[in-house]
Amino acid sequence: MKTRYSFGGDEHIFVEMDEEMSLDAFFKSLSMTEAVRAANIAGVTEVCPANASFQVKFDPDRIAPDALLAELQALEHAAEAGEKRIRTRIIEVPVFYRDPWTHDTLMRFRERHQDPSGTDLDYAARINGYATVDDFITAHHASPWFVSMVGFVAGLPFLYQLVDRDKQIQVPKYLRPRTDTPKQTIGHGGCFACIYSVRGAGGYQMFGITPVPIYDPTQTVAHLRDFMVFFRPGDIVKWKPIDAAEYDAITADVAAGRYEPRIREVTFDLDAFKADMDGTNARLMEALYGV
Amino acid sequence: MAFKVISPGLLTTVQDLGRPGYFHLGIPMSGAMDRFALRAANLLVGNDEGAAGLEAVFMGPQLEFEVDCTVAVTGADMPPRVDGQHVETWTAFRVKAGQTLTFDYLRGGARAYIAISGGIDTPPALGSRSTYAIGALGGYHGRALAVGDVVPLGRGGAVKEGRTLAPALRRLPGSPAELRVLPGLFWRLITEQAGRNFFDDEWKVAPEADRMGYRFRGGRPIEFEPREQPFGAGSDPSNIVDGCYSYGSIQVPGGSEPIVLHRDAVSGGGYFTLGAVISADMDLIGQLQPHTPVRFVRVDMDAALKARHDRAALLAKVRDALA
Repeated sequence: MKTRYSFGGDEHIFVEMDEEMSLDAFFKSLSMTEAVRAANIAGVTEVCPANASFQVKFDPDRIAPDALLAELQALEHAAEAGEKRIRTRIIEVPVFYRDPWTHDTLMRFRERHQDPSGTDLDYAARINGYATVDDFITAHHASPWFVSMVGFVAGLPFLYQLVDRDKQIQVPKYLRPRTDTPKQTIGHGGCFACIYSVRGAGGYQMFGITPVPIYDPTQTVAHLRDFMVFFRPGDIVKWKPIDAAEYDAITADVAAGRYEPRIREVTFDLDAFKADMDGTNARLMEALYGV
Repeated sequence: MAFKVISPGLLTTVQDLGRPGYFHLGIPMSGAMDRFALRAANLLVGNDEGAAGLEAVFMGPQLEFEVDCTVAVTGADMPPRVDGQHVETWTAFRVKAGQTLTFDYLRGGARAYIAISGGIDTPPALGSRSTYAIGALGGYHGRALAVGDVVPLGRGGAVKEGRTLAPALRRLPGSPAELRVLPGLFWRLITEQAGRNFFDDEWKVAPEADRMGYRFRGGRPIEFEPREQPFGAGSDPSNIVDGCYSYGSIQVPGGSEPIVLHRDAVSGGGYFTLGAVISADMDLIGQLQPHTPVRFVRVDMDAALKARHDRAALLAKVRDALA
């Protein structure tokens, strides 16, 4: 990993932990953003963590850009030695794969896709070496995912699957971004899954949809009353495949204020995960389902 | 105390100076695209600089007032009328209860700012009244104004009508507009020639220009240095592992059309950025109409800070003039 610092105009410093995605890069970035927040540097106005990088917004009238750069660089060494263990949540997110809404949308934008002859799932299954779409869907929900960034638009999580690099699902983004994506679409681009928090433009391949809202500016949905954004970096997600009837039932429960997402507190230790991925994931499932 | 929307114009939103602090959750600062114009309008009518006003894009709204107010219109050259009588821009004027404010066609710039004494008094969301329409947050029910909306106003002080801001203290882009850019971020991914072309070429504002970002076309395509794409980035040479975007940063998806992110910026994504428009020039972007010719001008950090200082000095003069 080689850290790279660059100014984004006169109000931002962008810090890239690594060019490529890895959980090591994510954890180093997380440690550094925590150190930057804790350092309470006068003139720093926002700290935004991303997958393998982060950005600091600052007021150059209060701190000189070069002075801030030096302060950030001084924090890097300590971050490298930082603990790679977090206390976090594991959350079950129901997914209706091959749903009619994303299907309708992907057909409308077919000419913007690499392979207009099939669906996004057909394409993703094929280029990732799966014999059938069902096999691909199983791989998609069998192992849990790690929220490595929240952003793009309000409350949208990016997720990285907790599997070996050679098992990571990778797909390109649409050739030209769509102008429409249904709210709560489960998307995928590069090695990242996402949940579209709101309806709008998007370039990720579309695999399914969740009935569970993850952003609610009115704060009326039961699990979003405390704060309008549901996800935070470090959350762990388990997709649960559901059918149309379950989708409708959960949608009705959400509307009636009865839906409660299944959430459990867990500890995630990066070194333990790297030493034994299957064992770590099995323990995460035990924590979630109490088996 | 309120006004009623008879016609909303093309796209009219409630904006103040924005809601910093939530970009890490994908919620951008929002707020007036031309912050200088909003501040000036507020000062003209005796409001705090950061009071909420209206941002009207390309076409003015028709508003019927329920209460006597002082109003000022700044930014784009979009001449206002009160009950059909012409009144000046960049000048405080009186609108009495029952009167209607309308606008002539746009003559220059892109966004008019309408400040009303007392300010717009919609409920703040996360500390700001700015409208973030993509997230249905803030403003008037999280959206642009529509026919029949009744928009609440705060209580204003007594302000003299006729106060005006001298033309020398107004700020609008020239033609071609010059936007100063600090190269950086992922600048190293493009060829030296592509970097020179970017600054040599004349660009034009594309029709896809909004609060999230301004797109430009007309320059030569950006070419990339050959490299193996890093794991997780995606296969196009313009792809990176999704990271944070700076306000003002310039992405060029597929190497073809640069997009400058503005107040409703997406907070991150998977396209490389080659640098950012400096903070001093962000307001100007909000006044660019589609098809306006634009030159990107290369500057270093010292020049960016000097420009920022000059802009702050101009604002200080405006404050003095309207104190």
